[in-house]
Amino acid sequence: MLNQTELKELEKKANEIRCLTIEQIGKLGVGHIGGSLSIIEALVALYYRTMQVKSEDPKWGDRDHFVLSKGHGGPALYSVLADKGFFPKSWTDTLNQPNTNLPSHCDRLRTPGIDMTAGSLGQGLSAAIGIALGKKIDKKPSRVYCIIGDGESQEGQIWEAAMFASSKKINNLTVMQDYNRMQIDGTTDEINSLEPLSDKWKAFGWNVFSIDGHDFNQICDALDQSKLSKEKPTMIILNTIKGKGAYFAENQISCHNMKVSSEEWKKAVAQLKEAGV
Amino acid sequence: MSNEKELRQIYAEILLDLAEGDERIVVLEADLMKATGTTSFKERFPDRFIDVGVAEANMIGISAGLAVTGKIPFAHSFTPFATRRVLDQIAISIAYAKLNAKIGGTDPGVTAELNGGTHMSVEDAGLIRSIPNMIVVEPADGTQLRSLLPQIATVDSPVYMRLARKSNDRYFPDGTEFELGKIYEILPGTDVTLICSGIMIKNTLVAAQILEKEGIHARVLNMHTLKPVDWETIVKAAEETGAIVTAENHSIINGWGSAVSEVLAEHCPVPLERIGIKDHFGEVGLTDFLLKKYQMTSDDIVLAAKKVLKRKG
Repeated sequence: MLNQTELKELEKKANEIRCLTIEQIGKLGVGHIGGSLSIIEALVALYYRTMQVKSEDPKWGDRDHFVLSKGHGGPALYSVLADKGFFPKSWTDTLNQPNTNLPSHCDRLRTPGIDMTAGSLGQGLSAAIGIALGKKIDKKPSRVYCIIGDGESQEGQIWEAAMFASSKKINNLTVMQDYNRMQIDGTTDEINSLEPLSDKWKAFGWNVFSIDGHDFNQICDALDQSKLSKEKPTMIILNTIKGKGAYFAENQISCHNMKVSSEEWKKAVAQLKEAGV
Repeated sequence: MSNEKELRQIYAEILLDLAEGDERIVVLEADLMKATGTTSFKERFPDRFIDVGVAEANMIGISAGLAVTGKIPFAHSFTPFATRRVLDQIAISIAYAKLNAKIGGTDPGVTAELNGGTHMSVEDAGLIRSIPNMIVVEPADGTQLRSLLPQIATVDSPVYMRLARKSNDRYFPDGTEFELGKIYEILPGTDVTLICSGIMIKNTLVAAQILEKEGIHARVLNMHTLKPVDWETIVKAAEETGAIVTAENHSIINGWGSAVSEVLAEHCPVPLERIGIKDHFGEVGLTDFLLKKYQMTSDDIVLAAKKVLKRKG
């Protein structure tokens, strides 16, 4: 359990990052707001508590690595990286603009702090495993974290990777699955159900947690426990709400990649700031 | 053309040598270790050898991740499974991300022999040549591999190489040096240029001998690197000989013949004939049988040379 101060700080940070993400997409007028807002707490727990990274030295060799396999969640990650000083906050006003360093999907060549390019779904988990293997070869104690999507997990490559990671005892890998149960064409249950999801990962030999993906106590507890795994890779299924916190997007199928008006984003940010924590 | 070891054995030996001096080198297999010949690598460097099983997409993704940590992964499979099956993984996780991974495809084109049409890539080099940031190379024999493989390992770029792993033909004398990206002139000549790659060097050289007996001096160029294209050497050959034949163990669509024709069309249009697999799938058969059936023999190359000479006027 987090102590009250720590919990409040993380919740306050999540509120800030959520506001910045809504503002970032809102200023552009369109974007992947749903899957960005569902992973805010996970990203905040990773970057403000769990992971060892250096904003002044993004390529620091002993850092923990992070792969956002659901690359369309980029805006949420950019908010975190900007807040942590990997690049100027003003960059967030350039999302998806010509010549931007912040493209819709994460690009390791353009953005300081992005360890892996992703966007073609299903590929990032394999890359995360490769990074974890690289660390093992070099006997580095640092870890790899990765977030995959639920729709993304309909890709076969995810399960190729899942089988391999446990087979090779890749225990320096913690993967979080954003289980907001929605994809572009409908709910995951309607389109191509992932259930029973926990059982699938367990059957594939993973150390599995299924938690409230917006509850810092549960997220941090699972992350802490994942570091202790002696042999298994860890899967933390984040039960989340797509579009969480933006009244115009929350829990709507259409929020995957939606238009956002100036009134909408401003009102949503005002609501979040007023609610505070 | 004296016999020596199979190309895969030489490949594994060189890779081991390189890995002794460069701890970044890691080998990946997708259940074809024995076919590629990397068993010796696994024995020498068990910690730097990863067999993912029959899961090529995962292998390419893992290679990308290893490259993120500064490793130089060499990932292998048969040519169709090293390219066509994992094209998007190569395009996005490797090439778009500009990661320094090397992909090796074995048994290109007709050399898949008795594995037949499912295993017989006619398009692998062309597919990869279409992807930005990729280098595409086909080392043909042990001598060429000894010269090119260290360059492939050293160049800070993703590379696709195709290897006729079972071939023990030898085209070049010991110690011959080749430069990645530069065409190698095997024979000088002034009447017509024959541009070949991989196993097609053999039939091309025989064709050049037949032509020579008839008083036709053929220049023979080995275009081991398909991409980047050495366009200067192609243009020079077009200007100096005025007629060109390409010979490739690959579809004539999007391979060597296409690359050469693109250069000619833009810089120096001269008559061109393309010998290769003419837009059809492969089938079971030994190499010589298939080369004959697909009109890729030395006689076919001679006929093509005479055609372009006629057109040249």
